[in-house]
Amino acid sequence: MLKTILDWLEERTGIASAIHHFLYEDIPDSAGWHQVLGSVAMFAFLTQAVTGVLLAFNYAPTPGDAYDSLRYIVTELTGGRLIRGLHHWGASLMIIVVVLHMSQVFLWGAYKKPREATWIVGCVLLLVTLAYGLTGYLLPWDNRAYWGTVVTTQIASQAPGAGPYILRLLGSEGGAIGVVTFARFYAVHVLLLPPLTMLLISVHLILVRKHGVTPTLDDQDKPKKKFYPEQVFKDTVATFLWFAVLVGMAILVKVPLGRTADPTDISFIPRPEWYFLFLFQMLKVFEGPLEIVGSLVLPTLAILTLFLVPFIDRAKLISIRRRTGAIAIVTLAALGWAGLTARAVATTPPSTESPDAGLASVEAWRMIPAENLAAIGYFSKGNCGSCHALGKSGTGPDLSVSPSQKPADWLMTHFRQPAPTSPATQLTGLQLKAVAAFVAKRGDKDVEAWTSAPPAAVEGAMVYHTSQCGMCHELNGTGQKVGPPLNGLSDHRAREWVQGHFAEPAKFSPGSTMPPYKFNSHDLDRITSYLLEIPK
Amino acid sequence: MCDHTGFMENQETPQSTTRRSFYSAVIAGLGTVIGAALAVPAAAYLLFKPKSDRKAQWVDAAELNSLQVGKPEEVVFRRSRVDGWRVVNEKATAWVVRTDQQNVVAYSPSCTHLGCAYHWDDAAKNFLCPCHTSTFSVEGKVLSGPAPRPLDRFVTRVDNGKLLISPTIQKA
Repeated sequence: MLKTILDWLEERTGIASAIHHFLYEDIPDSAGWHQVLGSVAMFAFLTQAVTGVLLAFNYAPTPGDAYDSLRYIVTELTGGRLIRGLHHWGASLMIIVVVLHMSQVFLWGAYKKPREATWIVGCVLLLVTLAYGLTGYLLPWDNRAYWGTVVTTQIASQAPGAGPYILRLLGSEGGAIGVVTFARFYAVHVLLLPPLTMLLISVHLILVRKHGVTPTLDDQDKPKKKFYPEQVFKDTVATFLWFAVLVGMAILVKVPLGRTADPTDISFIPRPEWYFLFLFQMLKVFEGPLEIVGSLVLPTLAILTLFLVPFIDRAKLISIRRRTGAIAIVTLAALGWAGLTARAVATTPPSTESPDAGLASVEAWRMIPAENLAAIGYFSKGNCGSCHALGKSGTGPDLSVSPSQKPADWLMTHFRQPAPTSPATQLTGLQLKAVAAFVAKRGDKDVEAWTSAPPAAVEGAMVYHTSQCGMCHELNGTGQKVGPPLNGLSDHRAREWVQGHFAEPAKFSPGSTMPPYKFNSHDLDRITSYLLEIPK
Repeated sequence: MCDHTGFMENQETPQSTTRRSFYSAVIAGLGTVIGAALAVPAAAYLLFKPKSDRKAQWVDAAELNSLQVGKPEEVVFRRSRVDGWRVVNEKATAWVVRTDQQNVVAYSPSCTHLGCAYHWDDAAKNFLCPCHTSTFSVEGKVLSGPAPRPLDRFVTRVDNGKLLISPTIQKA
């Protein structure tokens, strides 16, 4: 039965003989483990394609949604973290294997006549691989992605003459990174590069088949062997090892997802992906008008030289042991690359943001404005809950179900005398205003905080609000910007510093115009703890 | 494929045949492991329900006193619904029937056959789906047509004279 089907298929399509033709290619006797890297690189591309398509099933490619959808993939979908890990680390491991493949071809001199075109197509494939890295870097839309891409586009804009046009092509008129740049990067990453890669891989493979695997000098008087099964076995084992390392990294190494891109964040230190760090470091060597040498001239010359390798070295094929020049070049390049990369890593100050800051689930009370958290405190201090119980029926409506529709002046009158028999409220006008704004405008996060905020934090927020810190400081997106913003205070200030600063601001920050605050020890403890617990 | 390779196999010793079958087995085995390592997470990723910690919230849909006992009303309300990575605030409707002074049922507005929006036919005193003419009684029971089960209901609660609706739907 199976044979009948296979025979039919073979007769109508020739598929069986095509596979046979592919597997039973003649290869030189010397072929072996050193030639497995091309197959591994191709498999790396397939892994990226599969995981990329899976990510795209749940990813929304716009700056408004990209970050949230990626966070949804890694935190809420089964296997989402693994699939993103495979795609993220797969990109790095693909670059490694592509570079190793090129190094092997270079060391063995396999680019020589008649294989020059194979080498050139391979060089284009290297650039395409790097282009994936560059465009994919923006797509998580966290601070790392945003600031990394700002730097990249600025470098491109330095190109003499072409700068403004390149910037326009990148959708970054005036240097800003927004929806247009994002759309362009995404389109290049998923629409342009994959078909281009498939085309180039096909041409590369056709050329490899046309000229055959490069033989060594000893192969001339030895019989040829077949690609299947011995070389396929070696390719498969190498591919499997590569894949095992990838799965191990995807499971064990955290994939960074920082906080959502914030163009106003001045504390974030942008760094490119590790494989571009050497370029970043090289830039530091060239200053002022020479900067373009490091950013554009040298990389362009290096790429041109790479393309021209088969035309520069036209000598006859010799044994790898005698190719000392090639060995020296590869060694020097590797040392130079490693040195620059190590220097870049060593001189990078520790990040102010944890690489997986976006993955930690932040409790609602740490995210809402201090005024809202304080209003929750006033609500309970004013005994409002005795009629407006949360989550159950009471004399008054449950305000966690839907916000109050009453006008503000009605609310203020109601607060002062909620019922004919109730005592006068203890709360001040400022505090009542906060409650009125809260019950009318509270969102889902506020309701979540209402039922879950620890009492000490609520007390801290009440001290913050009563002292009107928001008149000068910004916290969780509200307040003025006269003084420094207070989110992430614990990243750079110790508890003792904050407490001492309240009493004598000018002593701790010379030139500060902040008036001293003499809190009692209870209030000082509460407001300090509260401020130190609000994340960046 | 053997007929193509016959010329090779003639030259082979039993030892090399063993080696060849070892190679083939390893190729097939490792290939299967790699395929499964990609396919199993992919299937889980696409088929398992997302683990959302966002709870459904009750919404205030109508004043109880605005509803007449026994007369279905189409009530429009706003609710938050988890939609992938978003929580959307959207308009929703329910067919609400006040059964007595204190009790109310709220039917999901989709026909249980294929999800069309049905309406109350006041002349015939039943719910009528325009797609395949399923009809339902005021109690939600199927009277005629292809609908497989009675109308689905929202979980409801009456609080302080107000009808509260939870987005949770109960199937009959």
